[in-house]
Amino acid sequence: MAAVCGLMRRPLEQVSGLLRRRFHRTAPAALQVTVRDAINQGMDEELERDEKVFLLGEEVAQYDGAYKVSRGLWKKYGDKRIIDTPISEMGFAGIAVGAAMAGLRPICEFMTFNFSMQAIDQVINSAAKTYYMSGGIQPVPVVFRGPNGASAGVAAQHSQCFAAWYGHCPGLKVVSPWNSEDAKGLIKSAIRDNNPVVVLENELMYGVPFELPSEAQSKDFLIPIGKAKIERQGTHITVVAHSRPVGHCLEAATVLSKEGIECEVINMRTIRPMDIETIEASVMKTNHLVTVEGGWPQFGVGAEVCARIMEGPAFNFLDAPAVRVTGADVPMPYAKILEDNSIPQVKDIIFAIKKTLNI
Amino acid sequence: MKKMLTAAVSRVWSGVAQKPVSRVLVASCNFSKDATFEIKKCDLYRLEEGPPDTTVLTREDGLKYYRMMQTIRRMELKADQLYKQKFIRGFCHLCDGQEACCVGLEAGINPTDHVITSYRAHGLCYTRGLSVRSILAELTGRRGGCAKGKGGSMHMYAKHFYGGNGIVGAQGPLGAGIALACKYKGKNEVCLTLYGDGAANQGQIAEAYNMAALWKLPCVFICENNLYGMGTSAERAAASTDYYKRGNFIPGLRVDGMDVLCVREATRFAADYCRSEKGPIVMELLTYRYHGHSMSDPGVSYRTRQEIQNVRSKSDPIMLLKNRMVDSKLATIEEFKEIDVEVRKEIDDAVHFATTDPEPVLEELGHHIYCDNPPFEVRGTSQWIKFKSLP
Repeated sequence: MAAVCGLMRRPLEQVSGLLRRRFHRTAPAALQVTVRDAINQGMDEELERDEKVFLLGEEVAQYDGAYKVSRGLWKKYGDKRIIDTPISEMGFAGIAVGAAMAGLRPICEFMTFNFSMQAIDQVINSAAKTYYMSGGIQPVPVVFRGPNGASAGVAAQHSQCFAAWYGHCPGLKVVSPWNSEDAKGLIKSAIRDNNPVVVLENELMYGVPFELPSEAQSKDFLIPIGKAKIERQGTHITVVAHSRPVGHCLEAATVLSKEGIECEVINMRTIRPMDIETIEASVMKTNHLVTVEGGWPQFGVGAEVCARIMEGPAFNFLDAPAVRVTGADVPMPYAKILEDNSIPQVKDIIFAIKKTLNI
Repeated sequence: MKKMLTAAVSRVWSGVAQKPVSRVLVASCNFSKDATFEIKKCDLYRLEEGPPDTTVLTREDGLKYYRMMQTIRRMELKADQLYKQKFIRGFCHLCDGQEACCVGLEAGINPTDHVITSYRAHGLCYTRGLSVRSILAELTGRRGGCAKGKGGSMHMYAKHFYGGNGIVGAQGPLGAGIALACKYKGKNEVCLTLYGDGAANQGQIAEAYNMAALWKLPCVFICENNLYGMGTSAERAAASTDYYKRGNFIPGLRVDGMDVLCVREATRFAADYCRSEKGPIVMELLTYRYHGHSMSDPGVSYRTRQEIQNVRSKSDPIMLLKNRMVDSKLATIEEFKEIDVEVRKEIDDAVHFATTDPEPVLEELGHHIYCDNPPFEVRGTSQWIKFKSLP
């Protein structure tokens, strides 16, 4: 009898336990995720989703990644999918492109984009141009990713920003994530894209945690390539940036807000194809434009934004010339005081905004 | 300098210049179904054994190889004419003289294997399945071209054929990557990665060798040594002209590239080597181009007309095959003449197409920037000129 009662009781407890769980179930809370972990998650999810995806580069496998971005992936997926390469950028970038032509979906990591210069022929001539030259016969679904631009104290040969160089070339897509949501959504979109995509990450952002909203926690969360995001609404001036400087712009906006100046901060997210429409609509509202980037001023991303604004409907809405805040026009120096003054700081952004607004 | 060149060439060709010995096994009927031929032994590097030194050629295969080589020859000569008539513009690199390489390679592999080469690609375009029409129309930049007129001479693609590459040596790592994909997919396919004696000195070729060997990629690296990299003879460009040894830790073989049967056997051997998961192998094809480097190069400032004539009369690949087949009664001279007539007709038809097919419509300027992409506007020469990315 007791045994039967016991049998009866247990299922009831289980049922009420289920009921309890269902009623107290909450939506996944926004997590704090670093940019590094966001990229890691994005790659992990895509590796799991599609067998044709694989990662190659220096130190990506057994070392867990020079900057630990690929931590844990080799342990999970093994030698076939996570491949350590010798120090042969031109060689392994070409191998990645060839593998993509033959139907795989490689992610080719450059330890920094400075080293991609050794392989740039493979990125441009073998990857970017091939679909066009072949009359649409040969797609090249390859992703080139790695840290881009200035780091801290790494001096001239390790600090160049390649946004303008890669952004120049038709056939390539070029994205530049700022926060964790950007990083995860863009790497996933890049991997699923059937075109060569350059993903310009930022080493100084890798360790920075951001709240990852619940929709970004889904395995199918994608950020469309070619769409900018308005990070902060404003009315007085449009401030456009990509990558780490987006954070500096938001800081500047916070400071200026106390003085009654409301900045609209736009995170470009994609360099090519550029979402000029979002910038235009914003400028038509605020009548002022400042662009901010880490790269050199001449022939840069900001120069392109300004040229396009001049060509489009927003020009007539400008109350002042568009202004660019960029890296200094020098090879990156080493000494801290010099380096600090070679990249745009919050004070430079504030200064440029006030100048534009004639304050 | 010229004396050195001639001496070097005659040293290289001393083996090839003699008429190949042919032994006939079946002599009783009018046509033999097949015959066994001796082929030149390959020089070996880090290999215990090489390809066999005899091979059986069936009548059917022989006629097929002849037709293919003759088609390529005629096609290239037509391209020469069309270039001089200004129907073809820009760069045009011809491979007449090297027909045994393309046809022999194709005979040694399966259609499911993969091939990538340099800009001297028209012959391989044909052997990999593109029609003469589509090749010539691409050269003349017409909409019926295999790349819709978007690529030109150096950028023609087909199934399992990855061009046609304009940057010297870039196809080396690309080919290793295709081989990586072959290994990854596990379908027992190999990739033939061709480059010239000039490209053999590119650093990225060494990088490709290293990674292919390290990861045992099924990549047959093939150096088409036609003795000259543009206007620079091999001796003036390479500290070692033993290109089949340049893979260092990779085994290699040097092959008579003027003998289609030799190339076929060597390719079979090399492909089998790769298919048995031993890693990459290097094959050097000793061959010769009758034309200069490209149509802008008369080709006689760095080599003598005597040398060119010498090779033509003693080692022409089409002549070699024909003589072999006639001597061993695999076919008659008349049959070959018939094939020549048919080939001529095919080429003439293709030329007519290539010179009358219209150019692509201007609207196509913006097409094929991206694959599988929603439509967008492509900027023309000014902000007011826009092209659509999709029809």
